[in-house]
Amino acid sequence: MLEVCGVDKTYEAQPLLQNISFVVGASETICLLGPSGSGKSTLLRMIAGLEFPDAGRILWNGMDLASTPPHLRDFGLVFQDYALFPHLNVFDNVAFGLKMKDRSSEEMRARVAEVLDLVSLRGFDHRKVTDLSGGEQQRVALARALAPRPRLLLFDEPLGALDRALREDLLNELRGILLQTQIPAIYVTHDQEEAFTLAKRVLLLHDGQIVQQGAPADVWSKPNSVWVAQFLGLGNAIEGRVVDGKWRVETRFGVFTVKCAHRHQVGENLHLLIRPLAARAGMNQIRARVMDVVFQQDHFKITFDGGLYFYVKDEPKIGQKFGIKVKLECLG
Amino acid sequence: MKSNSYSRVLLWLAPLTFLGVLFFYPWFRILAFGLSFETLKPDNLQLAFHVLLFTSYQAILSTLLTLLIGLPSAYLFARYEFRGKSLLRALTTVPFMLPTVVVAAGFNALLGPRGWINLALMHLFLLSNPPIQFVGTLGAILLAHVFYNTTIVIRLVSNALSRLDPKLEQAARALGADHRRVGWHVTLPLLRPSILAASMLVFLFDFTSFGVILLLGGPTFATLEVEIYVQALQLLNLPLAALLAFLQLLCTLAFSILYSRLSAQLTIQSAPRAAHPPKAKTASEKVFVLAFCILLFVFFVLPMLALPLRSVSRLDADRGQQTPIHYGFTAGYYAELFINRSNSLFYVPPINAALNSLGYAITTVILSLLLGFPAASALAKPRALEKILDPILILPLGASAVTLALGFIIAFGRLLISPWMVPLAHTLVALPFVVRALQPAMASIPDRLRQAASTMGASPFRVWQTVDWPILSRATLSAATFAFTISLGEFGATLLLARPDYPTIPIAIYRFLSLPGALNYGQAMAMATLLMALTTAGIMIIEKQRLPGAGEF
Repeated sequence: MLEVCGVDKTYEAQPLLQNISFVVGASETICLLGPSGSGKSTLLRMIAGLEFPDAGRILWNGMDLASTPPHLRDFGLVFQDYALFPHLNVFDNVAFGLKMKDRSSEEMRARVAEVLDLVSLRGFDHRKVTDLSGGEQQRVALARALAPRPRLLLFDEPLGALDRALREDLLNELRGILLQTQIPAIYVTHDQEEAFTLAKRVLLLHDGQIVQQGAPADVWSKPNSVWVAQFLGLGNAIEGRVVDGKWRVETRFGVFTVKCAHRHQVGENLHLLIRPLAARAGMNQIRARVMDVVFQQDHFKITFDGGLYFYVKDEPKIGQKFGIKVKLECLG
Repeated sequence: MKSNSYSRVLLWLAPLTFLGVLFFYPWFRILAFGLSFETLKPDNLQLAFHVLLFTSYQAILSTLLTLLIGLPSAYLFARYEFRGKSLLRALTTVPFMLPTVVVAAGFNALLGPRGWINLALMHLFLLSNPPIQFVGTLGAILLAHVFYNTTIVIRLVSNALSRLDPKLEQAARALGADHRRVGWHVTLPLLRPSILAASMLVFLFDFTSFGVILLLGGPTFATLEVEIYVQALQLLNLPLAALLAFLQLLCTLAFSILYSRLSAQLTIQSAPRAAHPPKAKTASEKVFVLAFCILLFVFFVLPMLALPLRSVSRLDADRGQQTPIHYGFTAGYYAELFINRSNSLFYVPPINAALNSLGYAITTVILSLLLGFPAASALAKPRALEKILDPILILPLGASAVTLALGFIIAFGRLLISPWMVPLAHTLVALPFVVRALQPAMASIPDRLRQAASTMGASPFRVWQTVDWPILSRATLSAATFAFTISLGEFGATLLLARPDYPTIPIAIYRFLSLPGALNYGQAMAMATLLMALTTAGIMIIEKQRLPGAGEF
């Protein structure tokens, strides 16, 4: 079990990570999801032992890793640009970690064959890694990380350099491999689709802090801040002010009734999320002039005067006034 | 199309005629001479074999020592940021371009019998003889070679090292390799092409070194170059000299081919971006950085500092000098250069050597630009013809200056009385550099610029004046400076070709150094200082004009 406790890191006098704490349980896959520059790669590199936290501790089964150099941690690391050794062939790349552990050559051969099978690269042993396609190279990188049976796998945007179709294939394979091997994993990405596909638990990283964590479905249905809602692209975030004790909130698009779990004072400012799909029922309605209509596969994306957008089934005319029932959630 | 290929042939006419007459014909004569039946006698072959053996031996030793200093230095420059880094890097590159006589004089000023260290020890311990025997030892040769060539290892290897993707080493770390094994299994194998290429180049320079061996090694150490000179000029055994020259060419050709093979691998391996190195953090890193900075600074600065200081210091009496000596600062050695002493070596003021050098250098600049311009402009847009002619043009680069001169002597013996032979030989040496300086600038001018200018009504001359010249002027200046400094410092060919009454600066320094007496020594120091100042100025001009990213070696 990996525990990260209160880790801080500054980079060139700027705080990069602040008070990061989380736990990765046995055979659990978690995702660190955040935009570039959120410090997620640095966090991963600290867990690997390639960088050091300014404060806080990283523990493995309760033991502090601070004095354990990277080569003694037994954590597998997979980079976005593969970082395969160009002077070694596929076999020697995959066998590298076993060689560092001074395993016998029979054992190495058997294990390399096993992991190459796992990543569907049987028979690639003697190929030059520089001759492989991007997807094949990433499979070799994955096999290389898996071969020494690491205690934990660390993925740093491993699919970022691949095109979309390939990415989906590899993502599903990776999911299967993680389930099969039961190795706990931390997966760093800025792509929510990857994160939601792989992880039981998603940690959202913003400005060096974990702003929300939980199961993908929970994060999706209950974003806890404007930033999360916008980063995940959940809909329109607008500002409002509580006008009375009956959950009525005044915004520049009208007065809405918003049920909310928290207690709010009258006069308090808050943020609301308007999901882009029309609500079936309810008393909240928005009516405004349509400024733009774009066809998107099975629906039309319409943009109202004022910037709100919605997905609708029937195509309205540009310039026409259009009314839509909406569901509002409080973002706090 | 027809007229185009005509004009191409015209462009090539002058450079190829020049090379044909002054390079290939002499080489043909050397081959005929050296490989004749009478020359290939057992005792000749035996001597040649021994000389070849020593040449390789000292070159291998020098190369290993250069790697010993160069590899940690390359690591230092690639992996750490420290104060004075760019200054230190510049200091390590200067020796590479200094004339051999200057380097030899510099080491002599530091470690020679009249050098600072020996004089200081004699003074301190009241010794009557210099305690350190430096000049005339193998150590002196090796040290000077290391001094010369370390920059090659630093440049090639630190370049490769800083382009190495740091993730490769990190991946190895995560896979269970400690620092030592990362170095052994990942970093070193990835650096291998650059280390091999650097070693090959260093070996090539050490193998063909002439001035250093002659000036610092003395008569007991004969490499192929020195033996060619001795056989040709002192023993007048031209056939044996030709045989040795043939051996020399064979070896350098083989090494050059090996080098170009190796350096071809270099370009494939280069990774996208060079990372910014960090400052040293741990105590052992700090010790390494500090120790190597000091070592490099001392090693590269002391000889070059000892020389000018020695040239303005009177530290010992001249032979037979009656008047009491005023120890300390003096401009006397410089003043002496203008005086025509009755017992003087040349019966002319020594400063005339400087005038000769200047005249030769200017002639070389003009000749090499006249020949280099057409060749470079043809090479700038290579067609099938140029693919063949390009290596031919570079060939003189591989041949050593001494063998070039030997070729002249064998091929045009009768004409040798003409002082013109010296600038012609210098032009042959400088031409590849001039072409390499001009060609990238010419290739960088897109035809579209010229077409745009002419559609706006510029005449062909106006096009050349407004489009080509502004870009070419910088390259021309650096090409001219290359030719000038090469001619100024050229020693090997000049020693064989210069008439005794037309010495150049390097020849004068050589003669002064080989004569006894404090006054001669002081004048050698003064002349070498002048030459060093001129060459350094030249290097600075070239560095300023260098196009970003243009040619390393």
